[in-house]
Amino acid sequence: MISRRYLVRRILLLVTVMWTAASINFFIPKLSPRDPIRERLMLAATQGGRNQTGLEAMVEAYNQQFGLDQPLWKQYLTAMLKVVRFDYGYSISQYPRTVNSIIKDALPWTLGLGLMSILIAFVIGTLLGALLGWPRCPRWLRIFVPASMLTSAVPAFVLGFLLIYLFAFQLKIFPLSGAYSRTATPEWSLEFALDIAKHAFLPACALVLFQLGGQALQMRSLMVMTVGEDYITFAEAKGLRPRRIFARYAVRNAMLPQVTGLVMSLGTFVFSTVLVETLFAYPGLGGLINGSIQVLDYNLLYGITMILVFAVCIATLIVDLIYPLLDPRIRYEKG
Amino acid sequence: MVATASQTATMLTPRSRVGRATSVLRYLRRNPLLVIGLAMFVGLILFATVGTFFIDPAKDPYPLAGPASKPPSAEHWFGTDAQGRDLFAVMVVGTRLSLKIGLLAGSIGLAIGIVLGLVSAFYGGWLDSVIRWIVDVMFTIPSFLVMVVIASLLRQYISIENMALILAAFAWPGPTRAIRAQVLSLREREFIRLARLSGMRGPEIIVRELLPNLTPFLLAGFVAALIGAVYAALGLEMLGLGSQREPTLGMTFFWMQRFSALLRNLWWWWGIPIAIICVLILSLYFISFSLDEWANPRSRRSR
Amino acid sequence: MTSTSTAPRTDRAAGTGEPVLSVRDLRVEYHTDAGAVRAVNGVSFDLMPGEKLGLVGESGSGKSTIALALMRMIKEPGRIAGGQILLHGRDILRLPEKEMRQVRAAEISMIPQGAMNSLNPVARIEDQIVDTLEDHSPKRVAKKELLEKAHAALESVGLRREVGRMYPHQLSGGMKQRVCIAIAVAMEPKVLIADEPTSALDVVVQRQVMGTLLRLQEELGVAVVLIGHDMGLMAQSVDRLAVMYAGKLAEVSPIREIFDDPLHPYTDLLIDSLPKLERRGTFRGIPGLPPSLHSLPPGCLFHPRCPKAMDICAEQVPPYREHRPNRFVACHLHEEGHATA
Repeated sequence: MISRRYLVRRILLLVTVMWTAASINFFIPKLSPRDPIRERLMLAATQGGRNQTGLEAMVEAYNQQFGLDQPLWKQYLTAMLKVVRFDYGYSISQYPRTVNSIIKDALPWTLGLGLMSILIAFVIGTLLGALLGWPRCPRWLRIFVPASMLTSAVPAFVLGFLLIYLFAFQLKIFPLSGAYSRTATPEWSLEFALDIAKHAFLPACALVLFQLGGQALQMRSLMVMTVGEDYITFAEAKGLRPRRIFARYAVRNAMLPQVTGLVMSLGTFVFSTVLVETLFAYPGLGGLINGSIQVLDYNLLYGITMILVFAVCIATLIVDLIYPLLDPRIRYEKG
Repeated sequence: MVATASQTATMLTPRSRVGRATSVLRYLRRNPLLVIGLAMFVGLILFATVGTFFIDPAKDPYPLAGPASKPPSAEHWFGTDAQGRDLFAVMVVGTRLSLKIGLLAGSIGLAIGIVLGLVSAFYGGWLDSVIRWIVDVMFTIPSFLVMVVIASLLRQYISIENMALILAAFAWPGPTRAIRAQVLSLREREFIRLARLSGMRGPEIIVRELLPNLTPFLLAGFVAALIGAVYAALGLEMLGLGSQREPTLGMTFFWMQRFSALLRNLWWWWGIPIAIICVLILSLYFISFSLDEWANPRSRRSR
Repeated sequence: MTSTSTAPRTDRAAGTGEPVLSVRDLRVEYHTDAGAVRAVNGVSFDLMPGEKLGLVGESGSGKSTIALALMRMIKEPGRIAGGQILLHGRDILRLPEKEMRQVRAAEISMIPQGAMNSLNPVARIEDQIVDTLEDHSPKRVAKKELLEKAHAALESVGLRREVGRMYPHQLSGGMKQRVCIAIAVAMEPKVLIADEPTSALDVVVQRQVMGTLLRLQEELGVAVVLIGHDMGLMAQSVDRLAVMYAGKLAEVSPIREIFDDPLHPYTDLLIDSLPKLERRGTFRGIPGLPPSLHSLPPGCLFHPRCPKAMDICAEQVPPYREHRPNRFVACHLHEEGHATA
């Protein structure tokens, strides 16, 4: 069914991506003049009021702990192996918590917020775009074209900020930040679920509005191109119902590059999610990134980055596997 | 039907200059989006350039230029922020800086993209495969994350210039892919074959035949790279990973967040920068949208 | 098979019964930046049941526009500016869209020019035949029955049933064109418009496809409008030939008579441009270019290129008249006072 060569090529690509990202993450800090360990210790020293005697000994101890005193090639090898095993070590700032455990706590929030918003945005946006691109689009719907342009151009975090101002600050309908109220206790109850929903609403809106516009515009231009194709003309000559031509002939074909476009937009999506979470102080991976930057926890930053790169790779692979199911031209390669 | 020689001659005659000028005007009239975008962009540039006459660029955009957290007044037209920066000066200088970063990164990215795209498409073979592979990898990596890693390591040492370099390092895959695709489609067209037959060599063909036909794509690619760079710069800065000293637009957003401008009701501190950011991005976006339409005419040729 | 000695079709156009298709003074306009343009400028002709009418002309003469107009599929920036198209006496230009949709494929159908792209890339062949049938039947018909019909249609064009399960990209150009023919005749329409059905194919496949088309035509007795620019193909295939120039009809005559004695100078030049075995040497084209529809010459549209042009040709538009029995032509040469041998 699916060409083996195609599959192998895609997996090879993703492995290369992971390896490249891991290598970049390994080498760049080596090139920088900064020493995260030393800096972190200095930070702790100034904050905790401790003096700096014995600093060198502490640095050496930490270096040994984190394996930073080994020759470079050995470090590289261990680092790569660690990535393969998803072992990111201990968090520098929250020692002795491991990076993985911190990530595990944050992951569900990002999955909930991010995954949900991209799905909603894709489904609604594509449908909207398909209608907008169809020649017989109802007039009142056309207003969504400039509307989509606006929301897809303005960055998600700016949208988020405006939403906070309007609905959280002025109108006080929604909370300002966080994933759940400080006074609430996490439990499996309807109350808590509603609390989460209330907190997630504005960030989700920001993300969805931003993505939706982009998906709609893209689908619209794909539809316009598809409608100009010969098979649409012939479909009309066959006397088919307009609804059938719309769904089975136009949308069905325009969906293919639209799905490809979804993969392309994963990068922007990560960008938006990180910034929106930061803005809303949402305890997902995005918020963690921001946190780790502030406290110079390089291990954590590195771990989150690799996890996100891995997630993007998996998502890309899933779409690659779905694609042949949608496009028979790939499924039956010149039979 | 056999085409006569005169028919062929008519097909190859280049369009006259006058014709091209009127068609440009006609195009502008039919594309209000382009006009709006250009107007906004030019307005922004005017603001940034003319505004410098009203400020002291060495003092005003930096902390302690005036009393902290004051609303707009005759003294400080846009008010001051929590650290005493004159916000009008910050906007003027910030717009210029953000544009500078975007232009630098965009130009470098586009330049690399042109070279790699042309080479890849024109010479083909293993060189093409290698370049294509690298581009695919670069595209799949969420570049923002890697930029965050790099920038967070540089921290205090980040300047306008090296931020632009970081951005450029990730800006080139897009133009490369687009230009390669376009050159590939142009390569098979008749006029290239004619050029080859008439004895032109590779580089000469590239410069004299391909590049002029690539102009719409180059422009569209440049604006796209520009938008991407401005976006990425804003994103990095919002996390505090921009120049710590220089008042770029994104850093203003960051400081504004840091000092809770929203909660403290310092509306001028968040309202005005957001407005300027929106104008900048929207104008670039409108221009890019129109250029994309020009580069990919969607209408079918009538039979 | 290049000479015209193959079976001359009997000319049924001589007053036997009612025409199945009657076009009266059809005008189609396109709106461009530089003003409105008449792609079809007052075309009238009749088509008898079972007759094969050829329509030739250079690119831009308006022949493809007529095809779309007959199917009432002219889209912006074009529009049908006037005239009537009578199908079995019913003016289809006045029908509401819902009814016109039912008319398409059931009573009048079209074989497209580029079969390469005329089939939906993501749907199976048999499904593309079935959906036509489905959308024309007023009540639910069992899928099995429709599939049977689809397979029968495939066999009628010489394709195996298994082709039904395939996707378009798995077929060759000739096969795809035959699928289009199968779809077009699936509901046994009265009129079939073939818009350059073989232009994109190589000569061998061209012959096969034309053979299929003509065989089907005989079996079903459907009237055909064959649009093209290949005079040689027309000579082998049609009963009557209509010659178009710059949106107007120059000449319409039975095929034999047109080749033996062309009435319009343009027709003469077209026939002359066919390569002949007896005449070696360079090809002969027609000097000059078709006029731009934005700036049409005064009087007869062809006069700037006509070797037999007279003074009156630059002043008056020649009327389209039946100058010989069943032979229509628009040329001053045949008007009173200018008749030549």
